[in-house]
Amino acid sequence: MSFSHLALIAISSMLVNNFVMAKFLGCCPFLGVSGKIKTAVGMGVAVTFVMALASLFTWLVQYHLLVPLGLGYLRTIAFILVIAALVQFVEMVIQKFSPALYHSLGVYLPLITTNCAVLGVAILNIDAEYSLLEALINGTFGGLGFLLVIVLMAGIREKLETARIPAALRGFPITLIAAGLMAIAFFGFSGLIK
Amino acid sequence: MKQNRSWQIILNGLFNENPTFRLVLGMCPTLAITTSVVNGLGMGLAATFVLICSNVFISLLRDFIPSKVRIPAYVLIIATFVTMAELLLEAYAYSLYQSLGVFIPLIVVNCIILARAESFASKSRPWPAALDGLGMGLGFTGALVIISSLRELFGSGTILGLPVFGEAFQPALILVAAPGGFITLGLAMGLINWIQNSRKGEM
Repeated sequence: MSFSHLALIAISSMLVNNFVMAKFLGCCPFLGVSGKIKTAVGMGVAVTFVMALASLFTWLVQYHLLVPLGLGYLRTIAFILVIAALVQFVEMVIQKFSPALYHSLGVYLPLITTNCAVLGVAILNIDAEYSLLEALINGTFGGLGFLLVIVLMAGIREKLETARIPAALRGFPITLIAAGLMAIAFFGFSGLIK
Repeated sequence: MKQNRSWQIILNGLFNENPTFRLVLGMCPTLAITTSVVNGLGMGLAATFVLICSNVFISLLRDFIPSKVRIPAYVLIIATFVTMAELLLEAYAYSLYQSLGVFIPLIVVNCIILARAESFASKSRPWPAALDGLGMGLGFTGALVIISSLRELFGSGTILGLPVFGEAFQPALILVAAPGGFITLGLAMGLINWIQNSRKGEM
């Protein structure tokens, strides 16, 4: 477990196998909350935070609760419960200790429960048989990758507002096509890791 | 009259409120697994199964679930049926189970299912809720099949694994790769908008 091995996981989950661009996880908020840069940053930060915590807690639940008890088949149910509880908890903690941050994230926090990037990273960590540290890094950098693309997308969409677009493509279709072009750009990162 | 209403609920899910093209819900599986028609069909039918079961259950329990904890309760009910679907697929359709991969457990967080629970099943009797699940599920399946057939046809030159074009055909590999999902869905939606706009123009 060398440093370069961990760095490889970090780069892979942030850029090469970006959750939105390559794995299609977290598309709903990516397409839904990317209208303005400010809200996109808020959503991205909140998701990063929850993804890191979810990686940690679901790993503990899997290897210290489900596996010893032979309840592996309850994984999906257990994980979604952990994530829902976690989001609720994070919401309360932020509200208590940082009301300012709470007000800027407020609306997005409950939405994170149904963000498939969070459940996705939890399941992928287990499927890849990552250790606790590897899972934590995968979750944190996966979240940072999400933050990166949602902010980039918001920037593009703010420009698209004033662009001349064929009537039929206005709104959602042009956003998808822009996301597709962005995904092509992210293909360029695939050379980073052999 | 009663039969009319049943058809209306089903057709509503298929066309007027098509979850993919109209409500724009459940984007992740729509983009991710539509690389081949078999995958699209499998995912659509699995989601339909979960939708019908969870809609009926939530409708039956609608008077017992306190509204404050309704979202966790719905998620738990949905997760139960998703686990059932997951185990069934693993037992009876293993290759499909493998190619859908992580997106089977992720049906839990498919916004279509939670949205229908919240906006339809929690307010209606079990029979209409089941029909709504069926309509929405088939609408979702239909959209997945349309997108996946476009991607499979032009991206690998086959339909359901059977070659369509001659040997001279050069498949556009980009369509089955990740960016193709976004672009195909964007163009398909644009096409639907265009058809509707030009229809409006005729009237």
